[in-house]
Formats: sequence, C-alpha cells, structure tokens
Amino acid sequence: MKIVVLVKHVPDAQFDRHITGANNTTDRDESILSELDEYALEAALQLIEARGGSKAGNQVIALSMGPSGAVNAVKKSLQIGATEGVHLSDDALAGSDAAATSLALAAVIRHLGTDAPVDLVLTGMASTDGETSLVPAQLAERLSLPQLTFSSSLDVTGGKVVARRDGDTHSDTVEASLPALVSVTDQINEPRYPNFKGILGAKKKKITTLSLADIGVGASEVGAAGSLTVVESAQARPPRTAGTIITDEGDAGIKLVEFLAAQKLL
Amino acid sequence: MTQALVFIDNPGPALKKSSLELLTIARSLGDTAVAFNGELHDDVAAALGAYGATTIYRPSAADLDDYLVAPKAAYLAAAVVASGAGTVLLENSADGKEIAARLGIKLNAGVITDVVGVDADGTAHKSVLAGSYNTTAKAKSAVAVLSVKPNSIDPEAAPAAVTPETVTVEVPAGATANAARITARSAKPASGRPDLGEARVVVSGGRGVDGNFGPIEELADALGGAVGASRAATDAGWISHDFQVGQTGKTVSPQLYVSVGISGAIQQKAGMQTSKVIVAINKDAESPIFEIADFGIIGDLFKVVPQATEEIKKRKG
Ligand SMILES: Cc1cc2nc3c(=O)[nH]c(=O)nc-3n(C[C@H](O)[C@H](O)[C@H](O)COP(=O)(O)OP(=O)(O)OC[C@H]3O[C@@H](n4cnc5c(N)ncnc54)[C@H](O)[C@@H]3O)c2cc1C
Repeated sequence: MKIVVLVKHVPDAQFDRHITGANNTTDRDESILSELDEYALEAALQLIEARGGSKAGNQVIALSMGPSGAVNAVKKSLQIGATEGVHLSDDALAGSDAAATSLALAAVIRHLGTDAPVDLVLTGMASTDGETSLVPAQLAERLSLPQLTFSSSLDVTGGKVVARRDGDTHSDTVEASLPALVSVTDQINEPRYPNFKGILGAKKKKITTLSLADIGVGASEVGAAGSLTVVESAQARPPRTAGTIITDEGDAGIKLVEFLAAQKLL
Repeated sequence: MTQALVFIDNPGPALKKSSLELLTIARSLGDTAVAFNGELHDDVAAALGAYGATTIYRPSAADLDDYLVAPKAAYLAAAVVASGAGTVLLENSADGKEIAARLGIKLNAGVITDVVGVDADGTAHKSVLAGSYNTTAKAKSAVAVLSVKPNSIDPEAAPAAVTPETVTVEVPAGATANAARITARSAKPASGRPDLGEARVVVSGGRGVDGNFGPIEELADALGGAVGASRAATDAGWISHDFQVGQTGKTVSPQLYVSVGISGAIQQKAGMQTSKVIVAINKDAESPIFEIADFGIIGDLFKVVPQATEEIKKRKG
C-alpha cells in the first residue's frame, strides 16, 4: 500500500502568531508539524503496520510544501515513522491560497504515482494556521478522487475504504473504492511520539526535494500570481483585556446576574 | 442577471436562521437566486420569496444526498452557470465549506471561508489565527464563493415579497462517479436547546464540572442558551463530542459565552474568543481564561452557577 500523508509546517499556536509582508501571509518562524496532521500520520502508520509494514513494501510518504523550514515537518514525520519524505520547495510558491496549494500538491501526488500508483492520500481535518479545510476537498476535486473528509474512523479492506463521519445532526458511514482521499479528525486515534530508535532511524530515510519544474507546474500557476483570492488587509485585533475579576464571597452568582443585567444580556 | 446565488441544502420544513442571514446578505449584493437541494416545503418556498429570491433552482437528480459533497458541488456549479451569478453564498458548515472548495476548482473561482461580513463590492471580512487578526479578502475571479458564519448579520425580509420562479438544473452526468457513498446514517438525538453554532448565549463546561453537566444545563436553560464543552469534558465522555468548542470543535461567536471550570487553553480559546462578552467561573485565579474574561469569578462552580441560575429564575419570575 502506498500512502501519501500531507504534513504542514505551521506557526506554533503556543506563541503569538503574526501576519506580515506585502501579501499578508503568516509569519512562519517558530513553526512545528501541525498537530492535526499527526492524527493522519498515525492513521497511515496503523494501516501499513496491519499489512506487514515497510518490510512488506508498504510506504508512508510524508509530503510537505513550503519554504526551507518546512522540511522540519517532514523530518519529524520520519522520526514518528513515515518511510520517506518529500519536500516541495520553490520560491514561487510563497503566498499560495488553497486553490494554488491544491494545484501544486495535486501535481506532486501525480508525480509520486508515476512508478506505482498512490492508493490513499491522508490529511488532517484542517491546518492549524489557515484553518480553512479547503485543501483536502480541492485536492480530491483536482485528482478526481472520492473524498472521505472529517473521518473519525477508517478501515481499508479489499480495495474499499470505509469511514465514519460525525455531522451536527447525524453520523454517517461513508464508503469509496481506492484510490481515495481521507481527512481525519482528532477523534480517530492517539498519535504516537517519536522514540529514540525512530529519531536515529529517521536520519537514514530518504527525503526528496522537488521544485515546480520537477512536477511540471509553472511559476505563474501558484503563489500570489496563481491564487484566486487576495488578502487585502490584516489588522491585529486588540488583544482582549481582562475585565472585572471578583472572588466569590458567597454572593458571586448574584453579582454575575447583576453584571448580565447591566450588559442587557438577560 | 442574478448577482448572488445562495445554496440551501435540505432545510426540511423550515429555513434555518443562518439561511435567512445568507439571503439578507445576498440581497445587499443584488438580484438573488437560490440553488436548493432537497424537498421544497411550501412554507420554505414562501420564506424564500419573502426574503427576495426571484428564482429557485432545483436539481434534476434526487440522489445527491446519497453521496458526500462532490455531486452537490457539481449541481451547484451547473446552477451558477444557469443563473450567471457573480457571488455564491454557502453556510460555513463542514459540508458547506467543502462544497465551496470543490465549486472553486470547477469554476476556477476564489473561495473565502469563515466570512463574517460582505461589503457591496464583494469584499469579505473574516477573523483568522484564532481571532487574533481581522482581515479583508477578495476573490480575483469572475465568480466569488463565500461561506458565511452564522450570527454575521440580523436577518431581514425583503421590503416586498416576490413569487420565485422554479427552474430545474440538469445535474451533470458522472457527478456521482468519483464520490464517496453514504451507506448508513444515524440521527443524533435533538436536545431542544438552540443550535450551538448559532446560539446567542453559550454556557460551556470543562474538566471542572467533574462529570456533572447538570448545573451547566440549568444555567443554559435559564439564559435560553446552548450548552458547550471543552475537549477535556468531551474526551472524558461526560458529553458528546458535538458540543466541543475550540480548534477541533465548533467555533462560536455568541453575544455571551460563559466558561465554567475551563482553564482556557489556546485550543479552547480558538473557538470562543470572538464572543462579544465572556464570563469565566473558575476556582483557580491563575487560569488563563481570566486574561480574556470581561467578568471573572474566582470560585467554586458548584456554588456560583446554581446561585446565578436561581437568581435569573427569580428575576424572570
Ligand atoms: C490538537 C489539539 C486540539 C484540541 N482541540 C481542543 C478544542 O477544540 N477544544 C478544547 O476545549 N480543547 C482542545 N484541546 C485541548 C486543550 O489543549 C485543553 O487540554 C482543554 O481545553 C482543557 O480542558 P479544560 O479547560 O476543561 O480542562 P483543564 O485544563 O483541566 O481545566 C479545568 C479547569 O477547571 C477548574 N476547576 C476545577 N474544579 C472546579 C470547580 N469546582 N469550580 C470551578 N473551577 C474548577 C480548574 O481550576 C481548571 O482551570 C486540543 C488539544 C490538542 C492537542
């Protein structure tokens, strides 16, 4: 089985995050592997482990698109257990919106499928920076793959993938044939941590760096030029400041109601 | 020519408030049409007319609901072409965003999600990075696809109701070819409380409730609000994951958010910090939630919450 897992290098949410530059893009210093992609990686590893792992010829390819630092998301994925890594890196990619991103990623996945077809593309439910959830669906559209997004369970047997998807008013069981694209929620599993052996072993694993020329995509199709949306302005919201804090002296519930009444919230 | 097309998916016997909001925004952009999927009840058709929809497009196929999003996007793309609309408005649900995503690729149209306001010239307003930035964005393409969050605008009926014309749109052949099929569906029990994503008041409980959501539910009911939860509470199995507020749960932006027994981790804040007024009740004065609360109470929730509920009931008589 050949699985491609999309891993994004995103600003660590534990720190303040900033929008900078002429194109209003996110500052990527202090970035990490997006936590939500760890669930996709874990799902991929469980699938190949159930099939004899990499020794049986199964592959989990961690794919990241982004500036040079993005290779760290690939490296972390290799430490966790991915069998190889791919980093799509090209200056022309800067400022790509979801449409341009999905165009480039679709080209990489086609490229990776030239020797042996990709069976499954796995992604997190959203990136923790853009948070649009657009890329998985757009990638599925571009690759003409069935999408099973927001999966909270995943089962692949006999060339068929079955997943569970929880909506607001109902839960669905969804089914498609391989190849397919699956995005997973944080409910699907408990991601593992890299262990010492994994960290050492990762150094020997292959990371392929690809440019746009390698995947046959023109510079004008991606980046700000190829994007279909433009962020015109970005203003930092004044940080919320603490209001009145009181300590309960037996009447805090009543004081709360007085506050709500004064705010016309009752 | 239609300026704005609103996608309304399976509303059942009545339109949701969020759909009325979309129709209100659409009218501010110009002539409004609706791409409708599902059974069209008379009351719904009348409401669409009252909100100024001049045309209701309906799909030629009845099996769109048997598949996940892809065939709906194919139908909607055909409806955009039939209507000539320049802006497509969808709800900001998981399905809505993914239909928008696929539509964007089909029409080579820019997609903007999580929109909270749309100007007459199509500029979309949104907040990003967990509410820390307000941005404006625009589609560069001929068609703009926007998914709009609930509670973005007060719904307003059109000055004069119209009688919409109904037009059938041919769903493209092969629309279901590469789509995941829904093989089983189980309905979740309805709570009778307002929908979490749309509610004007949300009362959320965290690990501090220690398995007992009773006081949270009672306060929510006294305030006519919805119940929410932190991930610690949903992971513990005290309440279903559907109620989780935060990065991997729902993003809410109510008039009032009451955070009870929740520490205020960044992933929880991501889902609630654009609320208009935040109240926090927590026994630990060091909890980060107090950094963003408009009104904070350091105290035991099991004393404070029932007292507040009683007082509200008393005042409301
Ligand atoms: C990838 C990822 C995604 C996540 N997504 C989400 C998300 O969507 N939503 C979310 O909420 N979290 C999310 N989390 C988890 C988040 O990091 C926190 O762990 C979680 O929000 C903590 O929940 P809590 O505040 O209820 O629990 P705790 O942090 O344990 O806080 C409990 C609080 O209750 C208070 N308390 C205890 N007893 C009482 C009492 N009797 N009276 C008053 N106060 C009391 C304590 O002082 C404490 O502050 C995510 C984490 C990850 C890694």
